[in-house]
Formats: sequence, structure tokens, C-alpha cells
Amino acid sequence: MNPKLLRNILAICLAVGMLASSAIAGEVEVLHWWTSGGEAKSVAVLKDLLEKEGHTWKDMAVAGGAGANAMTVLKSRAVSGNPPTAAQVKGPQIQQWGDEGVLTNLDDVAMAANWDKLLPKVVADVMKYKGRYVAVPVNVHKINWMWANPEVFKKSGAKIPTTWAEFETAAKKIQAAGFIPVGWGGQNWQEATVWESIVLGIGGSDFYKKALIEADPEALGSATMVKCFDTLRMVLQYIDKDAPGRDWNLATSMVIQGKAGMQFMGDWAKGEFKAAGKKFGTDYIAMPVPETSNGYLFNVDSFIMFNVKDAGAKKAQKAMARLIMEPKFQEVFNINKGSIPCRLGMSRNPFDFPAIYSFDTFEATAASGALLPSMAHEMAVFPAIRGAMFDVVTNFCNSSMTSQKAAENLAAEVKNAI
Amino acid sequence: MTSLVHTPTARKKSLFDHLEIFLPKLVLAPTFIAGIIFVYGFILWTAVLSFTKSRLLPKYEFVGLYQYVKLFTNDRWWVASKNLLVFGFLFVVICIVLGLLLAILLDQRIRIEGAIRTIYLYPMALSFIVTGTAWKWILNPSLGLERLVRQLGFENFSFDWLVNADMSIYTVVIAGVWQSSGFVMALFLAGLRGIDDAIIKAAQVDGASLPRIYWRIIIPSMRPVFFSAVIILSHIAIKSFDLVMVLTRGGPGYSSDLPATFMYAFAFTRSRLAFGAASAMVMFGAVMAIIIPYLYSELRVKRNE
Repeated sequence: MNPKLLRNILAICLAVGMLASSAIAGEVEVLHWWTSGGEAKSVAVLKDLLEKEGHTWKDMAVAGGAGANAMTVLKSRAVSGNPPTAAQVKGPQIQQWGDEGVLTNLDDVAMAANWDKLLPKVVADVMKYKGRYVAVPVNVHKINWMWANPEVFKKSGAKIPTTWAEFETAAKKIQAAGFIPVGWGGQNWQEATVWESIVLGIGGSDFYKKALIEADPEALGSATMVKCFDTLRMVLQYIDKDAPGRDWNLATSMVIQGKAGMQFMGDWAKGEFKAAGKKFGTDYIAMPVPETSNGYLFNVDSFIMFNVKDAGAKKAQKAMARLIMEPKFQEVFNINKGSIPCRLGMSRNPFDFPAIYSFDTFEATAASGALLPSMAHEMAVFPAIRGAMFDVVTNFCNSSMTSQKAAENLAAEVKNAI
Repeated sequence: MTSLVHTPTARKKSLFDHLEIFLPKLVLAPTFIAGIIFVYGFILWTAVLSFTKSRLLPKYEFVGLYQYVKLFTNDRWWVASKNLLVFGFLFVVICIVLGLLLAILLDQRIRIEGAIRTIYLYPMALSFIVTGTAWKWILNPSLGLERLVRQLGFENFSFDWLVNADMSIYTVVIAGVWQSSGFVMALFLAGLRGIDDAIIKAAQVDGASLPRIYWRIIIPSMRPVFFSAVIILSHIAIKSFDLVMVLTRGGPGYSSDLPATFMYAFAFTRSRLAFGAASAMVMFGAVMAIIIPYLYSELRVKRNE
């Protein structure tokens, strides 16, 4: 009998025992925006686990606007003093909700399961408000991926790049062979996704920390930042002119169909390749964005837990927090979602290769300090600052602004947004 | 004597009278109260919020004109405001000119007028979401018009306004005009049909040419229609949100942003509630600055008549 199975049986026995002893079951009302196929399946896992323990799950899915609609609902519920039990909120926004004084303290659950040991410190810090756990992490997405079509590279006689200089050489060859070098989606978050990977690669992790996490105006207006914008401008020479407004999955399908050579996108792009029946290694490959092989930009989804009064609901809430961090949920959820568990030291066996690579770098960078929150995916700075950065980057991408001016604007706009 | 004696019928009648006086007020009261609270009350609340430091949720920590100062130093706000001027002006003027022209042509007692009228009016039945999506495809260089014309053999044809940051706002005008000009046509057609034939006949007897009759008699007599058209179109222009969201998403970059999309982005997705409220108040002020003089002049003319 393997230890995992034993642990699961133990957990179930414990749960049954708890049920029998307390007989208090409660309801959790969970606000989230995981409504698409794979995502909905992933959430259903949690629902089943909770129901097995005798609690009831009230689903409150609000689709649309990449969570903007759900946030609007959440705000109005919180203002009227009737927040749900848990809500899908991530990054620095957890701190903002903490400031409102509406979050509950999960330290007892966290201590019992030793979350401090299970989570990398950078991830744990995001989940804490003033040193106390108020949120539970669900998954980790890696942002700085480059997806490439080896067929296009072969036909163009180009080599998969690992530096930006190599990228330029390869892109020139791909362009000369009649392909579009980069499948590009001209939406602000996609542009920012590429930009932050460039900043990580060229500036290094210390510079990334200063510029995109601490939002230090000096770093934002520095010569290094000018260099980052220069690189972005170079990359932009290799996109097609119809890119503005294009959805990320359409850009991915350009790579799938062999119209474009590569795309810079987080690990969810894998789902598109899989859905198209493509094989990893032969039909598509995944590499870190040039010059970022030692870094890891993470996007961690999490649930914040609100103060609830009802004793049953409180109990159900704690059970939910505990279950989310348990290996069983982390494994099934993340296989469905295409991400990796945020819990360290989990078995890699059920995962596929890009995920396993992601595992390795996640653990390596957690130790080296190059595990960094993604700015573009709401992990690093407050929404106001993120918005200001988005505005400058998207304006740079869609005009002939100089890198010098972009860095100046960046420092000024961020200062203005604080 | 009679005043002292209340017959049952008289009493009943007076109760009914009371009811008749109060009933309209009673029926209107909920709407009136709802209007006071949800329109004027919330305008007031937005005004209050715009002077605070609110970010995620309302917080009443007053900071004076701080948000307004930030607003007017924000580059994106100026782009959005300029876009509204361009879009609003072109949208209203082109819709009215096109609508009037169509109405005059349709008014020439042509055959199958009913069918043609329906065709022109039909876009109005669509939501802006549908219009925006359809035009997004039509205007997309690699899917729509440009590709079609190139396939027809005109290799150098280029129509890339949708992905061109300098021209993207004009694509919003095109889609908006397509949607609304038919409606304006219907308004003008109703106006044209309401004009007394005797006036036109009298002018014809006096030897006036047809264009002259339209220019000097018919069009001026449709002043109330112009009034409604301008009011309706300008409010569509100012509240335009869905069309831009679907057609260009404010892009490329934020080149086709409008104040309404700007406000939404900052207040709701960027947790800058007070800043968004400030932009809403400036929008409100701008609307008032246009509508009040216009209403005033129109209503004064009516009183003089």
C-alpha cells in the first residue's frame, strides 16, 4: 500500500469521524469564474470532496470579463454586508480585501497542515495578510513560456532561440521563408505578458523585483528598462499587422497551423495544442522565453475566505481550506486545469512533460529566489499600478513611441497611479 | 341646507374624486422615488465619491480635487475625450444627413417602400454587440473587406483602419452609423409625412423648384424631428460602451477608448473607484454643457410660438 493511499484513507476516516462526532455540517458559498469546460470540471472536484464530508456547496459562478464581473458582484455583496464564504481572488488584491477587515483567519488550518513548509515563501506571503493566512492557493501557472512549431523552424532553417540575439536571427530566417515569426495577440494583457518576460530576462530577477513588484520609479525609468523596451520593439518587428485585438488562443492556433513560428504565452496554451490533437515534442515544443531559463514568473489562483458567523458555515469553510491544500485535490484539479500544484514535493508521475519541467523550475527557483510573481497576471502590484503599466506598454506596442519615452512615461504613470 | 346634508351618492362621488386626484400620483410615486434615488441620488453619490480616496470599495476620506487633478494629467483620459468628440460629432452629423437623405428619397412615393423601409430600419433591431461583432469581422484585414477586394484582383487594396491606431475610432463611427441611420430615417419619414400637402402645393403654384421647397420649407418645418434626433443620437454616442468593447476593445492600445470604457476600466477593473467617479462626473458635466443650452433654446422657441 503506498503512503498516499494510506493518507487518503486516513483522511477519509478522520473526516467520517469528525462528522460523527460533531454532526455540524455547513454550507459554503463559493464565488468563482471557472466556467469553461476544463475549469468547471476542476471546480467540481472540490465540490465532490466537500460533499463527501457532509457539507453543501452553493455554486456562485459569475462568468465573463476575466473575473471583472465576478469582482463587481463580490464588491456589492461585501458592501451590503453579505459576502460569500469564499471567493476567487488573487495577488495583492488579497491585501486590499484584508484592509477592509472582512477576511477570516485560517492560521489554525494552516498550522495543522504545516502550510509554511508546503508552500514556497513568496507564494505563502501572497496568501497572508499581516502574517496570518487569509487565503488558500489552488494552482500555479508558469507565465514565461515560449511555444514553438518545430516544423516552421525546420522549413526556415532556423534554430530555437535561447537568447534575444538568437531570436532575432531565427525570426529573420522565418520571415524570409514566408512565415510569421511570432503569433501575437494585440491585447494589453498579452503585450504585458511578453514585456514582463523580457524584463525578467534582460534585467534579471533583482531588477524585476525593483521594477515590477516594488514599482520603484527609478528602476522603471532606468537605462535597463530602456533596453527592455528596445527588445520589445525588436520583437514587434516580427509580428503580423492584423495582431491588434487578437485573442491569445487565435495566436496559439497560428502556431498550431504552422502559420507562425512561436508564441509567448503562459502554460494554459498547452490546452490548445492538446485540443488540436498535437503531440508534444514533434508537433510543438515549449521552452522558457529567451534568457529566462533561470527564472519563473508565477500566477497563483487562490480563494479568500470571508468572516462568516454561522458555526456550520465556519466549519465547512475550514474544511474547504484544508481540502484545497491536500494532495488529492491539488493533483486532480491541476491535471484538469493544465497548471501545477502549488504544494511542494508532490508526485510528478500523473503530469505531462511541460508540467514536469514547470515543477522542476518551480522548486529550483523557490530555492534560488528567482520565483517571482507575475505583474501581468495580477500577482505583483495593485490593480491601479498594473493598469498604468498596461497603458504604457500597450501604447508603446501600438505606436512609434521611442523606448526612452516609454520608460519615462512608465515611471510617470506609475507614480501617478500610486 | 344642501351643504349640511350629505347624500350617500354625493359622498361616494367625492371619495371617487379624491381617488381620481391621488391615483396618478400614487401610481407614479414608486417610479418617481426610484428615479430620485437611482438617478439623482446616485449622481450625487458619484459626485461625493469623486472627492474621496476610495479604491476597492467606497471610503469617505476626503481629498478635495485630487482625483480630478490626476484625471487631467492622464494621457489616456485625453485620448478618450478626444475620441468622444470625434465619434460624437461624426456619428450625429452623418446619421442625420444620411437619415434625412434616405427619408427624402423614400418619400418620393416609390414602389415597395415598405420593404425598403424595413431593410433600412432593421439594423436598429440588433444590439450593438451584434453590430460590433459583424463589423469586427468585416473590417478585419485578414478576414473581411480587404481580403475580399484583394481576392477580386486588386492586390494593393488596403483597408486596415481596425488595426491602425490612428484610424480605429472611425471604424466605431462606421458601425454606429450603419446601426442608427435607419432609425433616424424613420424619424424623418414620419416628419415628412406629417407635413401638410397644401403648403407644398402652394409653393409649387408659386413656382418654387423641388430642391428649393425641401430646403426652404420642408426641412425647416421638421425642426422638432431634428431636435429628437440630436437628443437621441447624442445620448447614444455618449453612453457608447458595448460597441467599442466588442468592435475594438478600445484598441489598438487604447487608441479607440471612450470616456465610458475609460470609466469602467478604472472604477471596476483597476480598483480606482474615486478616480473612475471623477471621470464620470466630468462626463456628466460635458453632457450637461451640451444638452442644457440646446434644451433651453429649443424650449424657449416653443414658448415664443
